[in-house]
Amino acid sequence: MAKSITQEFVKGLWDEIPPFRLVLGLCPVLAVTKTVENGWGMGVATTFVLVCSNILVSMLRKVIPSKVRIACFIIIIATFVTVVELVMQAYAYPLFLKLGIFIPLIVVNCIVLGRAEAFASKNGITRSLADGLGIGIGFTLALSALGAVRELLGSGTLTFWESPIQIMGASFQPFTFMIEAPGAFVGLGLMLCIMNMLGNK
Amino acid sequence: MREMIQMVIVLTILSVVSGGLLAALKDNTKEKIEYQQLVFVKGPAIRTILDGASNDPIVDRFKLKDGDIDHSFFVGVFDGKAETITFESAGKGFGGDIGVMIGVNLADDKIVGVSVTTHQETPGVGSLAKTDPAFAAQFKGMPFKDQFAVKTDGGQVDALSGATVTSRGVSAAVSDAVKVYEKLKPQITEKAKAFSN
Repeated sequence: MAKSITQEFVKGLWDEIPPFRLVLGLCPVLAVTKTVENGWGMGVATTFVLVCSNILVSMLRKVIPSKVRIACFIIIIATFVTVVELVMQAYAYPLFLKLGIFIPLIVVNCIVLGRAEAFASKNGITRSLADGLGIGIGFTLALSALGAVRELLGSGTLTFWESPIQIMGASFQPFTFMIEAPGAFVGLGLMLCIMNMLGNK
Repeated sequence: MREMIQMVIVLTILSVVSGGLLAALKDNTKEKIEYQQLVFVKGPAIRTILDGASNDPIVDRFKLKDGDIDHSFFVGVFDGKAETITFESAGKGFGGDIGVMIGVNLADDKIVGVSVTTHQETPGVGSLAKTDPAFAAQFKGMPFKDQFAVKTDGGQVDALSGATVTSRGVSAAVSDAVKVYEKLKPQITEKAKAFSN
């Protein structure tokens, strides 16, 4: 059954929300979500790449020969990632310093290539745009949520833009485990568990 | 055969367009990125040295060539006189090169301040070269006639305890900077004049 454009958009926010439902692109999810700011910064960067590559792949889907389609997708994705990298360096340098290597690594993010291959190469421009936007915003929300949980427990603050806001009182003993790498796995696991419990009702 | 040609053509066009787009973007953002890097990487060090300057030293900068090496000089204006300049130099530390920003007063050839920009020294030991203000402060006001060296090597610099190699690196960077400065002084003075008001 064909879905409407709204459905294509909405599915990315809950039904197919990466990383929780698709469980794709976990590398940046685990690595950068030490603060809310890092989370949404990475999410916005990925969303931009996702939307642009989806549109372009969809536009070119009849021109690209199927034997070299992956190479073509990667060229398109890599171009947009480099655009993000340069723009971020020029206008949000502190964020770029924090995200570091994970910006260029969006090129090999499964979500982006996955959407290009599984969706945009088979659907029209509008639907691909809706799909990219939905998945991208879902990814951003997921990263911000995970970042918020980890930062709140791990350092007792929330950082939305540059300066951290103290949430827990001064007597709060930071649970530093949460901002270390293992804490990311535990945090992600718990969130997945909660989402599945909610979904089963 | 037809498919083969199509593959080649599509890939070539895609690569060319992408390359062209990125080259154009890089050209357009180059200046902005350079500025951002200066502000966030070297900015804090420059601002510590040129504290109280009436201009923005990162905007008022110029480049000079010493042989094949480009040096960037940042000018600080005090009381309307552009007599203080800072520039970066590097010395071998314990974990790699230590970048050191050095401020010099053109009028009396004295060191105005020294500040570490980038380093990979041991946290809590060598990294004190950057975070302990007392270490950098001892360079302030030193006249530069001779080589800078730590006291154990017969010099005048108090080494950080446990971080002799780091201290040597910083001293070497300062000595190097002095050499560069002495070599380029006429040109520096000439260029810095333009920023006086």
